[in-house]
Amino acid sequence: MQEELFTSGRHIPHIDPSLEIWHWPISLYLFLGGLSAGLLFFAALFYILGKDKEYPTAVKIASIVPPIALSLGLLALVYDLTHKLYTWQLYMTFRIESPMSWGAWVLLIVTPLSFLWTFSYYREIYPRLEQKLQVFKKFKFLTNVEKFVQENRIYMAYVLIPLTLVLGIYTGILLSAFNARPLWNNAILGPLFLVSGLSTGAAAIILLSKNKKEKHMFGKIDLVLIIIELALIVHMIMGYYAGSQVQLEAMQLLVGGEFTLIFFGFVVILGLIIPAILELIELIGYKVPSMVPALLVLLGGLIFRFVMVEAGQLTRFLY
Amino acid sequence: MRYAMVIDTLKCVGCSDCVVACQTENDVPIGYCRDWITETVSGTYPNLDLELKSERCNHCDNAPCVRCCPTGASHIVDGGIVLVTPEECIGCGACIESCPYDARYQHPDGYVDKCTFCHHRLEKGQLPACVSVCPTKCMYFGDLDNPNSEVSQLLKNRKYKTLAPEAGTDPHVFYLT
Repeated sequence: MQEELFTSGRHIPHIDPSLEIWHWPISLYLFLGGLSAGLLFFAALFYILGKDKEYPTAVKIASIVPPIALSLGLLALVYDLTHKLYTWQLYMTFRIESPMSWGAWVLLIVTPLSFLWTFSYYREIYPRLEQKLQVFKKFKFLTNVEKFVQENRIYMAYVLIPLTLVLGIYTGILLSAFNARPLWNNAILGPLFLVSGLSTGAAAIILLSKNKKEKHMFGKIDLVLIIIELALIVHMIMGYYAGSQVQLEAMQLLVGGEFTLIFFGFVVILGLIIPAILELIELIGYKVPSMVPALLVLLGGLIFRFVMVEAGQLTRFLY
Repeated sequence: MRYAMVIDTLKCVGCSDCVVACQTENDVPIGYCRDWITETVSGTYPNLDLELKSERCNHCDNAPCVRCCPTGASHIVDGGIVLVTPEECIGCGACIESCPYDARYQHPDGYVDKCTFCHHRLEKGQLPACVSVCPTKCMYFGDLDNPNSEVSQLLKNRKYKTLAPEAGTDPHVFYLT
């Protein structure tokens, strides 16, 4: 038997009895960041492939989501900082060892690009917007900017592909780089968050698309991504099983502990397996309302981030 | 120069004097602490073993808090002491998540705070507050690079351990057992 307690009465806010440093804004941001990475990745990819006419939602219509999601995500991130007035210090340096520094710089590039991307299509998607909004009349240079980004779209696409992949992976590495939280300290978390982000991106495209062929295509893509994600989750749990004592204890939160129902019930079954089955049924040729699997995937992705952020902070080395 | 702290668990009585001294010296806000006492009971009755320890930031050589800091607010100064610059800290909490010893906290003013080995006292040639007040003199502080220093000699002649060595942080607070 071993029992350890603080005799000097340590009870520091947000540290004891268990860590509560990162709250819901972080989980929400990880979801929005992954979703935006997925959406922008598909937009850039299908544009480069020259399929923007065939898959208009992926390239054009859904591109309105990343600027909004990234802005909300960034607001959430800053909201969770405790020394907010010093936020600018993030951009005074680049620290190659710090995943958060990578994230901050990547977001600084991806967020404006996401605005430019959707701006370059606004005339096609909302043809009447120019007449309605006075901004375009007052600021003539906006038309020049528009022309410029339209001409250089291909370069934006080439830049977005690697950057969105970094953004998607970083949301996972942000957590997995912490050796002190055994549940997070798992090399598979980066790829897992990336695949999950791509999958939620594909689901959002299905949700917004009115084009049957496009829905079908992204149903297929999403199905493959879900299968990869399930395999990565199996790998993650196998990794815990083969890990040290602290990792075994961490795993017990997910397998046979506090978070089992929400993790296996909501994330794995409702968020991955059921949508995969529904998408498969649809591919075979039966009629399934495509909204259902898409919404389930999005919800599963959101809950997955909440589970990982909350559960990870319960795991520690000492005390 | 490599500062280290050596604490004799056989002499510690868990009086919490070090905790109060630190809070007073460093103006630690009420409800927070930079060091603390743990009591570990191990074994099965009637063969029980009691160990008292004064714990704090371990000023690790391989400090995860310094690695993950996005602004460089957490840094290592001469002598291997890990410090935080409040004016560079954005309060993101990454260092708190990264510390296997849970030695850091968010100061009510927003920045992250922790034990400094009383860096301001060392500059004046004084010992850290906790070491200087210990009534049983169970705490030692000195230069590990000097083979003749008290801390080097103690680690040479006594059995010792560090906390969570499996975390791979190379901690520099040693416990004589």
